Amino acid sequence: MSDVKTPNTPLWEVFIRSRNGLAHKHVGSLHAADATMALQAARDLYTRRGEGLSIWIVPSHAITASDPADKGMMFEPTVSKVYRHPTFYDVPDEVGHM
Amino acid sequence: MATTSIQVNETPLVLYLLRRADDALILGHRLSEWIGLGPILEEEMALGNIGLDLIGQARSLYAYAAEAEAAGNDEDKFAYLRDAPQYRNLLLAEQPNGDFGQTMVRQLFYSAFADLYWRAMTESHDATLAAIAAKSEKESAYHLRHSSEWVIRLGDGTEESHARVQEAVDLLWPYTGEMFECDATERTLVDGRTIIDPATLRDAWDHTINAVLSRATLTRPKNPWMQGGGRAGRHSEHLGHLLSTMQHVQRTYPGAAW
Repeated sequence: MSDVKTPNTPLWEVFIRSRNGLAHKHVGSLHAADATMALQAARDLYTRRGEGLSIWIVPSHAITASDPADKGMMFEPTVSKVYRHPTFYDVPDEVGHM
Repeated sequence: MATTSIQVNETPLVLYLLRRADDALILGHRLSEWIGLGPILEEEMALGNIGLDLIGQARSLYAYAAEAEAAGNDEDKFAYLRDAPQYRNLLLAEQPNGDFGQTMVRQLFYSAFADLYWRAMTESHDATLAAIAAKSEKESAYHLRHSSEWVIRLGDGTEESHARVQEAVDLLWPYTGEMFECDATERTLVDGRTIIDPATLRDAWDHTINAVLSRATLTRPKNPWMQGGGRAGRHSEHLGHLLSTMQHVQRTYPGAAW
């Protein structure tokens, strides 16, 4: 065991909504003792230049992430499915604007 | 000192503005002393933000004081070319940072007052002061929230954090009475509705502080004796040291600009 102390400030992920109507966007992470302090730290770290109107903070451990090793299985099968893009199809001129 | 200090013609309005500006500048400078020393990066940024809010408030008040005095002084001269006896800030603002808990208790005591004070001052009949108050009120509300959350966590934390933050409360308590003083000079401005009487905020401040101390499991000091003198330029020994650091460049290289 290392004798380095376990930090008593867990990691949180920060999401900021810059304008009404937009989605919250991940901007970074921070350490804080609890949710209240994490929200304040997010305000102080990530909204100093008027970046946001709303903040979400989420405990980093609550996020389930895909495994980079699964990249092939997870994401490569879609590469060949170009017909899933709307631009794959020729739209007849008679249709006009869609 | 290479540069002589300025003389200020302290009309009631100028004196009042210097008092409030000095509170904000000195406390803001104290917070800037945490740069590079914060307990965690996140908190260092928070302290820096609060310090910058306060220095911004000081700038607005100094600029208005310069305009009211109309004697060629400006923000920089007020900040850099007055000696300790010419400073009019609360003794509370100049008290050393101590440990992080002590800094937070000092901030709580001041911000609980400033939050109420600037909100009440938005009703000032002086349009410039009402505008400064409207900006400062939102900033102070956040300072109060941040400092009270920390005091609650430190007080209701470990045995050591509780003991240290209680010690800070006891140490700084005698400096809280000065915030509610209103001398004859300020009374003339109160009568003209330019400013409010800070004594009227006493009950609300007590209510806020009692609630925070109670949640923090801290004891409110019983000692009613209060220290004073800052408003008249009678300061603790700490202010001179603070000014020697803050004013060093302007005193050594007069008029230096960058």
